[in-house]
Amino acid sequence: MIAGDRGLPNRASCVNDTKSTAMAPTSNKSSTRARKKPPAPRPKRRPKAGKRAKVSPALIAAHGLTAEEYQRILALMGREPSITELGIFSAMWNEHCSYKSSKIHLRMLPTKAPWVIQGPGENAGVIDIGDGLAVVFKMESHNHPSYIEPYQGAATGVGGILRDVFTMGARPIACLNALSFGAPTHPQTRHLLAGVVAGIGGYGNSFGVPTVGGSVRFHTRYDGNCLVNAMAVGLAPRDKIFYAAASGVGMPIVYLGSKTGRDGIHGATMASAEFGEGTEEKRPTVQVGDPFAEKLLLEACLEIMAKDCVIAIQDMGAAGLTCSAVEMGAKGDLGVTLDLDAVPCRESGMSAYEMMLSESQERMLMVLKPEKEREAEAIFRKWGLDFAVIGKTTPTKRFVVRHGGNVMADLPIKELGDEAPVYDRPHVESPKKPVLTAADVAPPVATADALLRLIGSPDLCSRRWVWEQYDHVILGNTVQRPGGDAAVVRINDGPKALALTTDVTPRYCEADPFEGGKQAVAEAWRNLTAVGARPLALTDNLNFGNPERPEIMGQLVGAIHGIADACEALEFPVVSGNVSLYNETNGRAILPTPTIGGVGLLEDFTKSTSLAFKREEEAILLVGETAGWLGQSLYLRDICEREEGAPPPVDLAVERANGDFVRALIAEGIASAAHDVSDGGLLPAIAEMAMASGIGAELDRPPVAAHAFWFGEDQARYVVTVAPGVAETVLARARAAGVPARQLGLTGGDALTLEGERPILVAKLRERFEGWLAAYMAGEPA
Amino acid sequence: MNSAVVVFPGINRERDMARALRLASGCEPAMVWHADTALPGGTDLVVVPGGFSYGDYLRCGAIAARAPIMDAVRAHAGRGGLVLGVCNGFQILCEAGLLPGVLMRNTAMKFICRDVYLRIERSDTPFTRGYNAGQVIRVPVAHGEGNYIADDATIARLEGEGRVLFRYADPGGALDPAWNVNGATNAIAGVLNEGGNVLGLMPHPENHVEAVLGPTDGRGLFAGLVDHFKQAA
Amino acid sequence: MKARVTVTLKSGILDPQGKAIEGALKSLGIAGVASVRQGKVFDIEIEGRDRKAAQAALEQAADKLLANSLIENYQVELK
Repeated sequence: MIAGDRGLPNRASCVNDTKSTAMAPTSNKSSTRARKKPPAPRPKRRPKAGKRAKVSPALIAAHGLTAEEYQRILALMGREPSITELGIFSAMWNEHCSYKSSKIHLRMLPTKAPWVIQGPGENAGVIDIGDGLAVVFKMESHNHPSYIEPYQGAATGVGGILRDVFTMGARPIACLNALSFGAPTHPQTRHLLAGVVAGIGGYGNSFGVPTVGGSVRFHTRYDGNCLVNAMAVGLAPRDKIFYAAASGVGMPIVYLGSKTGRDGIHGATMASAEFGEGTEEKRPTVQVGDPFAEKLLLEACLEIMAKDCVIAIQDMGAAGLTCSAVEMGAKGDLGVTLDLDAVPCRESGMSAYEMMLSESQERMLMVLKPEKEREAEAIFRKWGLDFAVIGKTTPTKRFVVRHGGNVMADLPIKELGDEAPVYDRPHVESPKKPVLTAADVAPPVATADALLRLIGSPDLCSRRWVWEQYDHVILGNTVQRPGGDAAVVRINDGPKALALTTDVTPRYCEADPFEGGKQAVAEAWRNLTAVGARPLALTDNLNFGNPERPEIMGQLVGAIHGIADACEALEFPVVSGNVSLYNETNGRAILPTPTIGGVGLLEDFTKSTSLAFKREEEAILLVGETAGWLGQSLYLRDICEREEGAPPPVDLAVERANGDFVRALIAEGIASAAHDVSDGGLLPAIAEMAMASGIGAELDRPPVAAHAFWFGEDQARYVVTVAPGVAETVLARARAAGVPARQLGLTGGDALTLEGERPILVAKLRERFEGWLAAYMAGEPA
Repeated sequence: MNSAVVVFPGINRERDMARALRLASGCEPAMVWHADTALPGGTDLVVVPGGFSYGDYLRCGAIAARAPIMDAVRAHAGRGGLVLGVCNGFQILCEAGLLPGVLMRNTAMKFICRDVYLRIERSDTPFTRGYNAGQVIRVPVAHGEGNYIADDATIARLEGEGRVLFRYADPGGALDPAWNVNGATNAIAGVLNEGGNVLGLMPHPENHVEAVLGPTDGRGLFAGLVDHFKQAA
Repeated sequence: MKARVTVTLKSGILDPQGKAIEGALKSLGIAGVASVRQGKVFDIEIEGRDRKAAQAALEQAADKLLANSLIENYQVELK
């Protein structure tokens, strides 16, 4: 229905979710379930198994390969590829496995720190949190499939990222997500939001992992391309992390999990297959998630890992069998031979080509210790999962695929990844926008009215309608539930806990990709700091338009540079990530959206703090400088209806100093509440603290123009509350540390009272805050 | 108190339940696999925890209700042994015929995870002796199908025999459709079987037992059960 | 032998899914939809040729598992 509305799925501008575990230059990671190729003319005949099909230019194009790339393949092979081989190359060399557009820029990203165990290049990143424990995490997009079929697209996105985490031996303990939708008035938005949220919940709830945080935004630039970025976090023993690299010759390669069907075989296959009566039924391209199977797969995998059966393991994601098998061999400097006759299939008559490119979900590939094969098989049978030896490692460094007695592919395994094309695509810097001052923006409404409007606006209002559909309390470790700056999840029985967040401000990235990239990292770092955690590492999910357009490539490059600078300055390295390009429709790209997923550590979760005011008569302090930066603010956009100006710059040294100051206040138990100041500015932040507690505040007259002070989006700021008796000491301490801080007023009463303005009842704020999304989803006009 | 937690494929709140039982009783519960045919000797309490047994693919709890271990659970209940089913466990006990009624889709047609208020209707049962009648407790729900229904005669009987132990209520304990989270008949959140030894409950008391994480209103259920067995011993 | 078991809600049992579908059909402007009740269909292959035995097996399957007799009716159809 969705597809039909817009002439999808085979629209010309293609959307590609590119996966990079693989931010490291040499690693190519398979997986991600989202691939979409441009439509192509269909050849008349289906190529027969074993026979050499004539590789026509149309077939090459249908596989998303350029003429130059095909020449490269011919040179590598010394002969014309078979159709299966062409399919394998197309899977390995597409944007999403090879990062051919982003690879040279991703090298900029800092990926190391003493606590980083595994940076980009594996299924997920791994960091050390002490006590012999490691945290394994990653974020990944499933944008296009979610636009086509929101429930299943989002569900399989969650399933995929969970698999990435437990493939490494970690038990998932939390999920988060970052969602971007079109304007609320766009006819698709409600339908997409409802489906995506139900899909995320449907998978995570059934699998049994709490979905503890995330973000939802609306903007017309996502009308034709919603973004669904899902993050999973798992916990593993530090010395029991499992990797993809195979080792040892003649080791059994085992297929585990669900059976293989024709799921997710996209445009390329469509173009290479015969069409006829009943074809539609035979060729599902929408992948369907099975959280039940995944839960069994999790338990079975962790069990055989505990029994020390596993040499190497790889999730089958996008172009599953191809990428997973190639990667296992290539990383281990070994060849791989697969016998497709042994692959458990859900449908009859599947060709080698189809089996190699299928994106059926809930599947894994493992290299087992031969002496443990029986033990492992018994465990998988106990869980009712398929288990089949489908190949072995070889000393040849060749990737050989046999089917029905024929060799369907015989390719050099290292070159499949290493020789993939890499492009330094032309890029132009986004033009700088003028800096707006408060004087350039006349306040159109009173402060109270602006606050009520902002707090009830699509981008700032409560997301309760969303997160109530996610089980956020399962596992019994959720210390801070959704709705705060960062979720806090206890580790085992404590006292350690993780702080988790996702963040990015795409309108800043659009106005200035470099500053926007910096800000996304700083904002995630700030969210973690505001609950008292020490930020440790991040995962990034870079969502952009078509990189073949220099201005889009310029956004990507600018954002990566900004992210790199912030990571460096904040000692907050990138340990995993994903790149999703071609998010555009009819030449209109999404806002550049480099989503950052941050992970921080609390040594003692009982010392974390939430944003809710705790008591009356406490001093409300603002940490950080306020000039009143209105450029690209929500106030300017939603109240003044102007989307202009340069975004607020982030001074990373100030960011760090202010954050370290606030974190110390929390750790010492001085700050009773803390909240970072972000979208909407200071007054919405204070309003959120009031709404979370029901306690109001009395606020002093601002030192600069009221609208700029209350709604400016200056960076590196926090609101904290402290006992009134210590306010002066805290301010003196801030001065000594060179951290700007001032008292804003006192908590108390049932309203926000601003000097010179009418009081705003907290109850009224709550009504506005909770109102919009629920009403919108109930069908009321946007 | 020796408890056994029954684990079916797809069950996912067994660890939460085991932790709550451990905290209340000091004993580690036995985890019993669905394919087993017997409960551990000396089992006092059988718990069927929450989750999505068999993916909830046919009807919630339908497939689990027919698993081998359920004969042993039935026998335990038949001997008067205590059985507690929470969320999916409640659905399984209904499908297994150990409790009357059915849990249908929430009236809002969505999965809902939020804290709700429950009014305790009676305190003179092993399951509710840790509470006072009329007391209101706050515990989370997390389900898509918790809307309890039964035919009129069954409902009348349940009410007449005082077998409704928990009802969704407002924070003051008053019944109000706005606080009936899933639209259940008579706001029923938990019911007893005829023998008074099998309880099905939709919300998750096991998730509200630790002060460091927030409310602890779920403790009363587990503490009451521990007391019950202490007294019996 | 191919068989189909259709499971439907008993009349009088609230069917929120059916109601939602009904609402959606009406909002799509499909004419003449008075009401919708939804159910489940199971396509089952039965070994052998004994229709009577097959019918009995299918009824047993429906009674024991496929339908919940408290809320659902079923119909067995042998092809």
